[in-house]
Amino acid sequence: MKPVVHVENVSYAYDGGNQEQVEALLDVSLKIWPGEFVAVIGHNGSGKSTLAKHMNALLVPTRGNVYVFEMNTQDESWVWEIRQTVGMVFQNPDNQIVATTVEEDVAFGPENLGVEPGEIRRRVDEALALVDMTGYEKSAPHMLSGGQKQRVAIAGVIAMRPRCIVLDEPTAMLDPVGRTEVLRTVRRLASDEGISIVHITHFMNEAVYADRVIVMEEGRIALSGTPREVFSQPATLRKLDLDVPQVTELAGQLQAAGVALSRCPLTVEEMADDIGTLLGRGPCRSELHSH
Amino acid sequence: MTSGLFWAGGRAEVSSTVIEVRNLCHTYMRGTPLARQALKHVTLSIAEGELVAIIGRTGSGKSTLVQHFNGLLRPDSGHVFVDGKDIWQKGVALRDIRRKVGLVFQYPEHQLFEESVASDIAFAPRNMGLSDNAVDDAVREAMRIVDLDYDEFAERSPFELSGGQKRRVAIAGVIAMRPKVLILDEPTAGMDPRGREDVLREIQALHDEHGYTVVLVSHSMEDVARFANRLVVMEDGRIAMDGRPRDVFQRRDELVEMGLGVPQITDLMAELARRGHNFPTDVITVDEASEALLPSLLAASGMAGESDSPCGGGGR
Ligand SMILES: Nc1ncnc2c1ncn2[C@@H]1O[C@H](COP(=O)(O)OP(=O)(O)OP(=O)(O)O)[C@@H](O)[C@H]1O
Ligand SMILES: Nc1ncnc2c1ncn2[C@@H]1O[C@H](COP(=O)(O)OP(=O)(O)OP(=O)(O)O)[C@@H](O)[C@H]1O
Ligand SMILES: [Mg+2]
Ligand SMILES: [Mg+2]
Repeated sequence: MKPVVHVENVSYAYDGGNQEQVEALLDVSLKIWPGEFVAVIGHNGSGKSTLAKHMNALLVPTRGNVYVFEMNTQDESWVWEIRQTVGMVFQNPDNQIVATTVEEDVAFGPENLGVEPGEIRRRVDEALALVDMTGYEKSAPHMLSGGQKQRVAIAGVIAMRPRCIVLDEPTAMLDPVGRTEVLRTVRRLASDEGISIVHITHFMNEAVYADRVIVMEEGRIALSGTPREVFSQPATLRKLDLDVPQVTELAGQLQAAGVALSRCPLTVEEMADDIGTLLGRGPCRSELHSH
Repeated sequence: MTSGLFWAGGRAEVSSTVIEVRNLCHTYMRGTPLARQALKHVTLSIAEGELVAIIGRTGSGKSTLVQHFNGLLRPDSGHVFVDGKDIWQKGVALRDIRRKVGLVFQYPEHQLFEESVASDIAFAPRNMGLSDNAVDDAVREAMRIVDLDYDEFAERSPFELSGGQKRRVAIAGVIAMRPKVLILDEPTAGMDPRGREDVLREIQALHDEHGYTVVLVSHSMEDVARFANRLVVMEDGRIAMDGRPRDVFQRRDELVEMGLGVPQITDLMAELARRGHNFPTDVITVDEASEALLPSLLAASGMAGESDSPCGGGGR
């Protein structure tokens, strides 16, 4: 298997105008595999957005190389190809809307590529179905909720048939239900459609659903691993200005007070299961009781 | 600023209304096909010394409402009173209102305009006619509150910062004005967990120790549960609920219906109840949950002997 994105010893410095350069990435190496859901977390200014922009040639490395499949992002002749392969979704849902109906908005990308109308129709329908927005074709984007707008933005990227979608804090402006909708959508794109997802977030309880969590600090990768490996280190995370989900924090407090929990739970379900086990009631008790 | 007398224990003993809106209506793009009624007869009053959080789904009217509090938006009908004064009456200087009621916008990039971080933050205090020294003090204090290192950031361009850094500059710019009422429209969106925690704690301190009235718009149920004394829930241009966070978060299903939710820890307690465990469900913070669960879980662990710490052991 070939990685979709291969970041190889990349350093990047912003030219701070008359001031000193800002070293935003320092020797970062990373591979994103097909269908993998990777969460990137890290303190403000740690280099997450800078890294994201390297993945579709919005920025090119000062040192090192980024390959999208075999295409080096330094090679300008590949830029179009690269941007179709790796799509981006940003934080503010309102800044990403370009058209007055949902379907025109989703069609915008493929139209620009010169895709023929019949094929565009197919892609728009397919993309809206994948983000669960079928039925909203003729709606005005500004009338949608934030979560719906973000899903339309994701559909716009999907219509380009990307192999990877990089989402830079797509849930930062959303209400809780909107966050859940977006998270559910990207998880499904990775698991069912095989689209690689790079999800940048400050919400630890989104990162727990990733296959792999990358933790950035001062332009470097400070830590990476499965969510359980990463989130069972609360002290390290706090030093990196991060945190753990509330249920994980609770489990830590209870363990410290002498409660015997056998693992580090990351979600409400896991924590409820563990408490049930400890109290001698299996995880499925509620099913026995209901109805 | 009100004297310390009123603020013993961080709570006003005599509550006087500082912001009141009555029957407020606001429609954007009135008279066009895109017209959208964002506020529908909203009536609300906020007493001096409250720390109120406003929650509501995207588009429910939160930002529209708070922009009426300092006269940035003018209502189509209804009234806005600040300290009992109708701000749209002839003779009221909006400039004074805006100095008294400081607003941090939802999108900080809209609020940055100066060449350096320090001059951006200094803008309001300088306009208020403070001396250079006093301006410098206000800037340093505000940067400390939002945890931006002065030496590292003072001379940087506010446009060449990460998203979370820009937000901190915008908050500092309003804090430096030392308003009486501080309105923050999603101040911690895009901030890292430590930044969220620090900024919220500083806001709480401004409230508890210095008597600021604070209105906080937020999408984080966890944060509002921990920091607000009162929760106002907006739904489709109206106020749907108004009460103590603990009471509001008991209405989980209605909140989810409105695009919202409850803190994760409250969700856990509800899940335990669904599974037939007998623990209180009106729990809204991790510490409360820990207290509620510990006795029975410790008893159940009794025979397990020495316990590991797979979660890396312990609290903050
Ligand atoms: N246009 C720019 N010019 C100069 N420096 C910049 C620019 N954009 C970002 N930086 C700096 O580069 C570093 C990394 O920024 P980046 O935006 O990648 O951080 P981030 O991890 O995405 O942060 P956040 O969580 O706040 O979005 C920071 O120190 C930031 O100040
Ligand atoms: N400048 C504007 N022009 C036209 N319509 C607007 C404008 N600003 C807001 N609206 C509309 O008014 C309604 C209320 O918007 P508002 O920004 O007050 O919501 P909000 O609760 O702050 O949402 P969010 O959580 O997304 O910030 C929405 O339907 C929105 O689309
Ligand atoms: Mg960023
Ligand atoms: Mg808003």
